[in-house]
Amino acid sequence: MATAMLPDAIYGLMAEFDDPTSLVDAARRTYAAGYRKIDTFSPYPIEEAWEAIGQHDRRLSLIVLGGGIIGLLAGLGLQEWVHQIAYPMNIAGKPLNSWPQFVPVIFELTILFAALSGVIGMLLLNGLPMPYHPVFNVARFERASRDKFFLLVESADPKFDRMQTLDFLKGLNASEVSEVEP
Amino acid sequence: MLNPKAATYEPVPLIEPGHTLASISDKIGGVVLSGRTPLTWFIVVSVGFMLMGGLGMAVTWLLIKGTGIWGVNIPVGWGFAIINFVWWIGIGHAGTLISAILLLLKQGWRTSINRFAEGMTIFAVMCAGLFPLIHTGRPWLAAYWLFPYPNSMGVWPQFRSPLIWDVFAVSTYFTVSLLFWYVGLIPDLATLRDKATFRPVKMAYGALALGWRGSARHWQRYEHVYLLLAGLSTPLVLSVHTVVSFDFAVGIIPGWHATIFPPYFVAGAIYAGFAMVLTLAIPIRKMYGLEDFITMRHLENMGKVTLVTGMIVAYGYISEAFFGWYSANKYEGFMIWNRMTGPYWPIYWTLVLCNIVMPQFLWIRRVRTSALGLFAIAMVVNVGMWLERFVIVVTSLHRDFLPSSWGMYYPTIWDWMTFIGTIGMFLVLFFLFIRFLPMISIFEMRTMAPEAKIKHSEGH
Repeated sequence: MATAMLPDAIYGLMAEFDDPTSLVDAARRTYAAGYRKIDTFSPYPIEEAWEAIGQHDRRLSLIVLGGGIIGLLAGLGLQEWVHQIAYPMNIAGKPLNSWPQFVPVIFELTILFAALSGVIGMLLLNGLPMPYHPVFNVARFERASRDKFFLLVESADPKFDRMQTLDFLKGLNASEVSEVEP
Repeated sequence: MLNPKAATYEPVPLIEPGHTLASISDKIGGVVLSGRTPLTWFIVVSVGFMLMGGLGMAVTWLLIKGTGIWGVNIPVGWGFAIINFVWWIGIGHAGTLISAILLLLKQGWRTSINRFAEGMTIFAVMCAGLFPLIHTGRPWLAAYWLFPYPNSMGVWPQFRSPLIWDVFAVSTYFTVSLLFWYVGLIPDLATLRDKATFRPVKMAYGALALGWRGSARHWQRYEHVYLLLAGLSTPLVLSVHTVVSFDFAVGIIPGWHATIFPPYFVAGAIYAGFAMVLTLAIPIRKMYGLEDFITMRHLENMGKVTLVTGMIVAYGYISEAFFGWYSANKYEGFMIWNRMTGPYWPIYWTLVLCNIVMPQFLWIRRVRTSALGLFAIAMVVNVGMWLERFVIVVTSLHRDFLPSSWGMYYPTIWDWMTFIGTIGMFLVLFFLFIRFLPMISIFEMRTMAPEAKIKHSEGH
């Protein structure tokens, strides 16, 4: 194999598949073989694929909850402060703490903060924006956003061995296996 | 335009057979990247731009001269500005309903229409937002009583007022709709980045795609946050039109001070919005040959939602009339009688015709499965819902408690130019969107392709 003779370090090995069933199957077997620094790439979300590589991140639920609570407190705090401390005004004899009338703004700010923290949290946890990534060096990778499926094993994985991993991936019904330059 | 399949009660597929992952990407992405723009696109954008020019003129004259150029005066202090605001914001609601509520209800058919319905929401909210801004006459002075910021006068907004609730509801709604729309676009922008051949175009889509690469680890968090956003948008969309209805219901004017208002307004908003989705979807699917993706089944389903929400709106009208009589309050009774027989009676009865009578044709399957029939009814509902807001705003105000203060409201040419100008602005924004961004969610459509399913073999 010409590829095996390249002296430089590589980012990992990438196998290409034609259909989602082969990808999920290959991902399960790669995980079962003990590889952990692995990832799959597909043109649409495949639940089985992230389950196969042991991805199960529920932190976003907590982030959104936290954002919502901060929004709620901000809305309540802002209105109580404005109407009781900063600018108290007697409007139609209503008490300064007429909290039922503060509910709509509190509600809107809760939703706003929760939604913003959800989207920002998703982008940060995913490490986006990231304009450059080694996987883009694989010429055929642009089809990952169209109709092809890819499985990546990173060279940082302790079990990674350039020759053995290459042979292992070739045995997974991959239509092509390529090296990923760093 | 009769669909022969539909007539035999067979379920029409959500996506025409024969499509693959590649063909879906090429077909929808090709609308943006192929550069073959239909002639109709140029015509619509030209007309829209012309109308937008009228809006620019009307707003400029307003800022020079003041709100006196409009037809508003005492007793009708709220005219076209609030009518158009409520109309536009209502139209936006269908987009959120389709993208969020139908997602939570696992309605697969939303996939073909959610992207451009969300686009419609954003542009409709932009048009809506313009009115509260300009109706102050001096918008640059309005900031301190609309937004809580420390200013040199030391004054703060009045949070007990529904008008401030409105500012928070609408700006939150706009922000969350934009986030939802953009998050949905990220994987499709990556598809366009990879498909584009011209380098500047590739760079532009690449920058917007934020380096999305379709990683399963990313998809998992992506799907998680998408579901959470849908969960947040659902109560939000209900709250927005509820708050809009509070602008009226908190007042003590007969015809406004009614507990039916929040649900009645929300139903009316969804009704108007679905009519607008149909108005846009029917010509555009024809223009770009997207009948494979937006099938008759989608149109028929939207027709059904229009019918159901129309019936809720009809219930609202009936209960308004009932309470006018049952309240035994002579002002309420007079208000409803004045609506039906007073100087604005033709508008009230046209509204009943447009919003209650005409949509009943949607009970007939042949109308529901005809693109032309649906388009005609959608246009009627668009008009009807605008008239509804006219009736609510104007007929309640023009004759209130004291006969000596009665008056009439007539919009001026500037009112009309502003209103029609926002329709132009909406068309321009919407057609720019369908030219430069995928109008159907490509990645979600891929999940509908037969080859996208995971085959479970050997007993998993």
